[in-house]
Amino acid sequence: MTEPPEPSPLLRVRDLKTYFVTEQGSGTARAVDGVSFDVRPGETLGIVGESGCGKTVTSLSILRLIPEPPGHIRPGSFIEFEGRNILTLEPKELRAVRGNQIAMIFQEPMTSLNPVFTVGDQIAEAAIVHQHLSRAAARRRAIEMLQLVGIPDPEERVDHYPHQMSGGMRQRVMIAMALVCHPKLLIADEPTTALDVTIQAQILELLERLQAELGMAVMLITHDLGVVAGTADRVVVMYAGQVVEQASTVELFARPLHPYTEGLLASVPRLDASQQDRARGRLHSIPGQVPAATAWPDGCRFHPRCPYAWDRCRAEEPPLLESGAHTARCWLLAEPQRRSSPVPLPPPPQP
Amino acid sequence: MHVPASPASRASPTLPTLLAVHDLVKHFPGERAWLGLGRPRNVVRAVDGVSFAIPPGQTLGLVGESGCGKSTTGRAILRLVEPDGGRVTLDGIDVLMLPPRELRALRRRMQIVFQDPYGSLNPRMTIRQMLAEPLVIHHIAAGADAERRIAALLEEVGLNTGMARSYPHELSGGQRQRVGIARALSVEPEFLVLDEPVSALDVSVQAQVLNLLVELQERRGLTYLFIAHDLAVVKHIADQVAVMYLGKIVERAPAGALYAAPRHPYTTSLLSAVPVPDPQAQRDRIVLAGDVPSPVHPPAGCPFHPRCPHPKKNERCRTEPPALREVAPGQLAACHFAEEPL
Amino acid sequence: MNIWNWVALSGAVVLALIVVGAVRRRAGASASGRRFFRHPTAAPGLFVLAFFVMVALAAPLVAPFRPYEQIDIDHLQNHAPSTRYILGTDPLSRDVWSRLAHGARISLGIGALAMFVAVTIGAAVGATAGYFRRWVDTALMRLVDVGLAMPRIFALLVVVALWDRIAVPVLVLVIGLTGWFATSRLVRAEVLSLREREYVAAARALGARPSRVIVRHVLPNAAAPIIVSAALGIGNVMLLEAGLSFLGMGVPSPAPSWGNMIADGWSKMAVAPWSATFPGLAISLVVMALNAVGDALRDALDPRKEAV
Repeated sequence: MTEPPEPSPLLRVRDLKTYFVTEQGSGTARAVDGVSFDVRPGETLGIVGESGCGKTVTSLSILRLIPEPPGHIRPGSFIEFEGRNILTLEPKELRAVRGNQIAMIFQEPMTSLNPVFTVGDQIAEAAIVHQHLSRAAARRRAIEMLQLVGIPDPEERVDHYPHQMSGGMRQRVMIAMALVCHPKLLIADEPTTALDVTIQAQILELLERLQAELGMAVMLITHDLGVVAGTADRVVVMYAGQVVEQASTVELFARPLHPYTEGLLASVPRLDASQQDRARGRLHSIPGQVPAATAWPDGCRFHPRCPYAWDRCRAEEPPLLESGAHTARCWLLAEPQRRSSPVPLPPPPQP
Repeated sequence: MHVPASPASRASPTLPTLLAVHDLVKHFPGERAWLGLGRPRNVVRAVDGVSFAIPPGQTLGLVGESGCGKSTTGRAILRLVEPDGGRVTLDGIDVLMLPPRELRALRRRMQIVFQDPYGSLNPRMTIRQMLAEPLVIHHIAAGADAERRIAALLEEVGLNTGMARSYPHELSGGQRQRVGIARALSVEPEFLVLDEPVSALDVSVQAQVLNLLVELQERRGLTYLFIAHDLAVVKHIADQVAVMYLGKIVERAPAGALYAAPRHPYTTSLLSAVPVPDPQAQRDRIVLAGDVPSPVHPPAGCPFHPRCPHPKKNERCRTEPPALREVAPGQLAACHFAEEPL
Repeated sequence: MNIWNWVALSGAVVLALIVVGAVRRRAGASASGRRFFRHPTAAPGLFVLAFFVMVALAAPLVAPFRPYEQIDIDHLQNHAPSTRYILGTDPLSRDVWSRLAHGARISLGIGALAMFVAVTIGAAVGATAGYFRRWVDTALMRLVDVGLAMPRIFALLVVVALWDRIAVPVLVLVIGLTGWFATSRLVRAEVLSLREREYVAAARALGARPSRVIVRHVLPNAAAPIIVSAALGIGNVMLLEAGLSFLGMGVPSPAPSWGNMIADGWSKMAVAPWSATFPGLAISLVVMALNAVGDALRDALDPRKEAV
């Protein structure tokens, strides 16, 4: 079966390691510890994980926004965008990439927007800096962008300040700022977490529409499996600073291979669960808690919480093993027969 | 213990009631004109006539988006903010009329667990001190007896008894939330207001804390008012659900009925907006236009009409506020077209 | 100065160094402690304060003469510093060093005690106003407005003039009573924000009375601005006391205070500068040290810095 050659990836991340020096002599926090993935042109890649897994640090590392000190991207990490090595770019070249080719939006629109400038000014800024438009042309561009992101009365709103707008509108403004230069890649770090669910639906729909219109790739970082299921083409699951599973969205939800993914999917309360399932019963829950980045467990980092763990898991850290296009960092892929006999764990310390 | 019969409370005529709320009102005045002596402008009508009843041992889920007044309702019931009108009865006792000393005694019977595990614990007190305080305030126990109770509480919420010596910043979010629950339980309440108790927790920890809450309810026979914005979480734990919008309840029904056949267009939109972790669940997402409105200037007529996607929306919706009325047995909705749901 | 005085003085220096070292070691364990010592002037400031406190405590041991003792009114007036009188003698032939050491007790003592009075009243008023709000707040804050508008030094002069020779405790009280206004504003601001914290609501929900809520939950978390304003305020009080004493309205002679020592030596400033300069230097050193420590404390206790 021949498949058409895949277009070369827009973004290639290989073995990214970002460490932070902590004050207290608790050692180095290895927030991102060997992460690799690709983002293909035009696709939506979902990066899923809970707090402490390293997903935000990963996204900040791509644009080299990590404060150094206390953080630093280790040598040996490789980030390539459209064939150029991001980590070796000169500051001037890096600035030409940020906001222009790769744009980023954040979780909290109130703190990401500058309260003393109008939204028009902030949107126009990217156009002025990267495309060298005149102020008048940039302002027209800003109004166009406001229209594109669905803000009513854009000619009026362009002169409003962030505090005059609601959370949903501010997030749209952020999206407008990010897209003004038609970037090829949009990194969205928890863009809807702080929003009400009806507004979240609006914003996700907007992102889908814009992605189709502008043909850009989106790297969507979130902890919400529902959001990922609805918007991502492929999913990367992160835990303890590593990628633990990678697959197409449909594959991941249908056949989760990593016990962490399995556990997460089982522990999310679901709207589509029938009343009998619920019956005031117990939600599945993953015992224990996420370990600290200064002290990742030996062997497989998930083993203290894993129902299947055996000796090999405690001793050897598994690499990403493949099962077709679906990869998972778990010894179960090498010894699938063990999947039928989960071992009861000793009661772990409760979070 | 006579709660006046109204369409809202006729919903469950035969079940006994532990907590009954009738027409609860809380307004927050904005600034006053005339140097502080005039009438307040920009009044925020946070809670604008809310009624419901919870039978003992059951859970009412109160859902809505930000600004709808659900948190204020929870606090008003406990008189952490003083309501401006309405009645609240706990086991027949009129909570709002109680003088301070009786109120303090009644506080043993109703408690609250907060959303923010980081802000709800005093950073300068050890866990032990936090759990001992209610025992001291209500003269429940002292000395060795108090120590025993504290240890028992910690165990009950799934914490290591050694944690009594720790400070909040040494614990994780899930652990702090468990401490908050233990603190609420220390006075042996019958009724708990749970104000978004799992919203600030990670997914895997949410499940653990939810399981704990269900277990505690069964073991102690607790009655819960579970305030949340996450409809999937509420579905898991609630017997009844009430949906709030701009300070009013727009739909109230047993959980099964509400999720299977919502009657109010807002409920339907809310349910369809929740992302489901199943890529193949093709749903017609109803995406509401416009923003969540501000409670300072609620629209005239039906508060939801500017965003309402109902095809039959008409002039009546713009001018006449719909009453919360029984549309199906046990199911109430405040919509002129509740008989023809979306 | 005889040999024992030197021994005692070196002892004071060594003890002060030990204290600073011990504090530094204990502070290393916490993030706020480390923030404190990150200021380059924090440790020296702490040393200066510790040293003067030791000197004050051990005044009889380090001082060769009694502070009131006029050694030889005919021949030893305004004697320049020498091995016997290491800081010289003043116009009344009293040993400047001995008076400085004993004066430390009075000046530092007044500074600390008056500040304690001011901080206590200020915290109480600020906490009450901030917690109860509405008319209580309005009434108390108008009072504070009046207090802040009042020119402190003139008010003090008026009050002090009512006494012929003011007793030190009365002076402490008077300075304290005119100095609490700024602290109360600070504490009120802090309390206004703290009362909205959920743990305060939790305490109320548990049935705690307002007094318990304020004392056990609000004030301990409002400690930071109180401590900082106290540290910085002591310096102010010392300068105030020095000023009053200089004007002859403060600590009455012959009891030594650094302020009245300056007054006594002022007339001979041109020919015998030591009697006025050394106490002036002492005041400056202590006030600078207090400012350095107060500044470092402000950073150390800043809760925003707790965020990673």
